[in-house]
Amino acid sequence: MLPEKSSNRNLAIEVLKLSKRYRIGLAEEKQETLALQLVHLVKAPIRNFLKLRSLGRFRSEDESVFWALKDIDFEVKKGEVLGIIGHNGAGKSTLLKILSRITEPTKGEIRIRGRVSSLLEVGTGFHPDLTGRENVYMNGTILGMTRKEIDRKFEEIHSFSGIGKYIDTPVKRYSSGMRVRLAFSVAAHLEPEILIIDEVLAVGDAEFQKKCLGKMEDVAGQGRTVLFVSHNMAAVERICSRAILLSSGKIVFEGSPAETINFYLSGGKAESKWGKIPSHYPRNSYHTGICKIESIELSQKSLRDGYRFRFGEKISFDLIVNSSEELGVIVTLSFIDQTNTPISFSASNEMNRQHLFDLVEGKNRINIEVDQTLLPGDYSIGLNIWDPNGYPYDSIQSFGSLSIEKFGKGGRGYPWGKNLGFVAFQIGIKNESYET
Amino acid sequence: MQKQEEITTVIRPQKGWVPIDIPEIIKYRDLLYFLVVRGIKAKYAQSILGVGWAVLQPLFTTVVFTVVFGNLAKVGSDGVPYVIFSFTAMVPWNYFSGTLTDSSNSLVANASMITKVYFPRVVLPLASIFSRLLDFLIGFIAVGGFMIYYQFIPSLNALFIPLLLIILLLTSIGLGLILSSMAVQYRDVKHVMTFLTSLLMYAAPVVYPASLVPEKWIFLYSLNPMVGVIEGFRSALLGTQPMPWESILWGGLVAIMIFVFGAYYFKKMERVFADVA
Repeated sequence: MLPEKSSNRNLAIEVLKLSKRYRIGLAEEKQETLALQLVHLVKAPIRNFLKLRSLGRFRSEDESVFWALKDIDFEVKKGEVLGIIGHNGAGKSTLLKILSRITEPTKGEIRIRGRVSSLLEVGTGFHPDLTGRENVYMNGTILGMTRKEIDRKFEEIHSFSGIGKYIDTPVKRYSSGMRVRLAFSVAAHLEPEILIIDEVLAVGDAEFQKKCLGKMEDVAGQGRTVLFVSHNMAAVERICSRAILLSSGKIVFEGSPAETINFYLSGGKAESKWGKIPSHYPRNSYHTGICKIESIELSQKSLRDGYRFRFGEKISFDLIVNSSEELGVIVTLSFIDQTNTPISFSASNEMNRQHLFDLVEGKNRINIEVDQTLLPGDYSIGLNIWDPNGYPYDSIQSFGSLSIEKFGKGGRGYPWGKNLGFVAFQIGIKNESYET
Repeated sequence: MQKQEEITTVIRPQKGWVPIDIPEIIKYRDLLYFLVVRGIKAKYAQSILGVGWAVLQPLFTTVVFTVVFGNLAKVGSDGVPYVIFSFTAMVPWNYFSGTLTDSSNSLVANASMITKVYFPRVVLPLASIFSRLLDFLIGFIAVGGFMIYYQFIPSLNALFIPLLLIILLLTSIGLGLILSSMAVQYRDVKHVMTFLTSLLMYAAPVVYPASLVPEKWIFLYSLNPMVGVIEGFRSALLGTQPMPWESILWGGLVAIMIFVFGAYYFKKMERVFADVA
């Protein structure tokens, strides 16, 4: 064997040309006559046999073959925390299943350096008739721990779960929350060099979720390699150091978590995010067809690429709104973060109901200028047009994309980031002990 | 911190026939142990008699057989009371048929584990086969009770019981591996097992002595590993007949073949378990 290249020593996982093929069900032919149906029925066992056998065999490329993953290549360095995001059915779970050796790849190769534990589910192997204690041992050994390791960590697992005196009660008498907490505690006390996690954070009550996320950050902070699949974009951004985006079994984007999430949320089209609103774009309207937002544009060509702004820089939008009659409305604008949470709000009437914004019949060209102090990060906007009673004429959410850079108006570096908050308010501050 | 040898795992599609990875099973022995314990505990959880059922189950069957075959049909019992004649056979047979049912179901019943975690899948049928050993042991003790009651003294042939046990285990494991992996893809196995085990019983000398089988069929009959095992038990404990070495030899060879084939077949089927379970 050739000696390995020294650079490879720093890689925890190498994935080369990985592909996985599945067979999907096809609709059966319909039988027209009773006689044909009878023949169909008699032939059923043969058909079933061929169908069942074909689940594991692939002779020809027929139409029931589906590639869940197609020629995936990536590397994970030791100590890196890699996030994997993508729509349902993009191939994330298949990828994790192959990495954790649950299923075999159809083609390609993976090299993993180090002990792997994968958490695609918590509480695997839990038996309702066994006590909590027995299930901890059962579940722990399934996840690859030895009895001695569990003996050593048992007290820690027990106290982390908060199960208390119920540890010797059969698990079937537990509430579902207790069961999940116990299961997660076992999982959280694995000590692998490489950890593969799929969505397990979405368990338990809010407090326990917070505890779990904290534990995950600990693990990531200890210099272990983590692969993390989640739909929770905030968690991906918080924990991961890099992210890849899967779509239809291929890697379509690779980069920092923020960039990847941004690319994902914008539907994979970074350029055409502003402008005319696509016809299928989801809208919310109470009065149908009276007033419609046609397009939203950034008015100035700012900094690079047209959608990056300095911290504190004014942002101005150009809208085209079509109205079928003269209207007095209220226009509101929100900035929305990557988890789809609106984080700021501005209204045309400045909180005064009588102060309405006038629309003419036909095409209205409207300019909105925002004196924003958003912290550096990526945002989209929400735009609403309301009637005076607070019912929407039209409403567009999470449209467009813009970045606030870590530079202030004068070009000086602005050190704070979105992890500290979303909006920077101006404050007056004085030390009153100096006043005489 | 101690410096550990780094483990490199290579994952790539497997091709052809490979044997079961025994070092890996040894690595996962704790899991096997807890699965066996889980199997035993779960089986007798929330029951009054608990493991007492391990004696009562074969005992009730034996009583029925004694009435039907011993008293009414007057089936021969090689000159010993029919009760002890059939009970001695019932204990290994019950173990055998029980392992077939349990192991064939072991992968399907644990499909959630198979699709969520990696571990050598072979521990599942193995655990179901080993958890039955407790029942077997208890049944064996009950046979001892009968022997004391009827005043039987085991012959020197009792020294060969471990050999019979090995044949019994090889057959159970071999068939368990084949049936369990087939059942993942073809759920028909479950339906077949419900009547097959009771039918198979008549292909082994459980309710009748092997001496009833015509001479010209005896070789074919001996290819059933359970024939040598059951007649061997009777010979060792009750001294009904001399040790049936011919049946034990042929049965043993078949058992080894079943075991080896099972080990390869399981490994071949294993790669699709997670996809079709």
